[in-house]
Amino acid sequence: MNPIGNLNKIFESRIRLGVMSVLMVNEEVSFNDLKEVLEVTDGNLASHLSTLEENTYIKVHKGFIGRKTNTTYSITKAGEKAFKGHLAALEAMIRFTQ
Amino acid sequence: MNEQQHLETLSDIKRIMERSTRFMSLSGLGGIGAGISALLGAWLAERALEDHYAAGGLYSGRAENSDLVFRLVMIALAVLLAALGTGFYFTWRKARQQGLRVWDPSARKVLFHLAVPLAAGGLFIIGLLYNQQPALVAPACLVFYGLGLANAAKYTVTDIRYLGYAEILLGVIAMFNPYHGLLFWALGFGVLHIVYGALMWWKYERIPAE
Repeated sequence: MNPIGNLNKIFESRIRLGVMSVLMVNEEVSFNDLKEVLEVTDGNLASHLSTLEENTYIKVHKGFIGRKTNTTYSITKAGEKAFKGHLAALEAMIRFTQ
Repeated sequence: MNEQQHLETLSDIKRIMERSTRFMSLSGLGGIGAGISALLGAWLAERALEDHYAAGGLYSGRAENSDLVFRLVMIALAVLLAALGTGFYFTWRKARQQGLRVWDPSARKVLFHLAVPLAAGGLFIIGLLYNQQPALVAPACLVFYGLGLANAAKYTVTDIRYLGYAEILLGVIAMFNPYHGLLFWALGFGVLHIVYGALMWWKYERIPAE
């Protein structure tokens, strides 16, 4: 068996993996909170978020607080499954090489 | 990608999960400061009560009691300010040492989950005073504060849960000793905070002498 096949290409980016890590343990997180926790720039984060959204790993909720837009993100069932699969693959590879 | 990188990735994931859910900068020294403020406040309140009784003020009507109530409320507010002030100061200092921001999403979570039981407790205590049950104020303070800590422990240093349980237990015992409210209040907000703060400082913040 070749466990490398199970690693998810989309999670090769540290930022995307970071976003998924945050969303796994938090129900709903705003753009600004993600930016703060992951310490990345607006543009960088936005492009990674849209990749995750295109793959239906995360859901986007657009709302307003007063007049300001408040965009929040949450993980989808598919995203959860993909993330867990990726973690399992990482663990398997560590055991494989030991 | 080799094994070392995989291990690093996994520990990165763990760190991000932890940092996005838990506020880890709570300082033990802040707890000690809050405890000392509470003990000083309890001592001042005890003196205010003694003065009041010495002047023959026991149950002598509401009008005369208003002076005492005013003094007690002033003491309570001063204690609150001093306790919050020292708590925030040492927590801010610790966050800065760790290179973290104080007001981050996890800090907001801790405050929110602490605030819900505290707000309920505050309204409950106003209700007790409204119904002229001042003897039950101290037990109610302790129980609601303990519930707040137990509730917020999910989002910060987990050890704080035990402080919460101790406050709840003390509050329940105080409920059955209504004439020693101030003593239990001093034990719960003074002594327990100092003990907890010292333990946390010893466990997480002390720089071991070598």
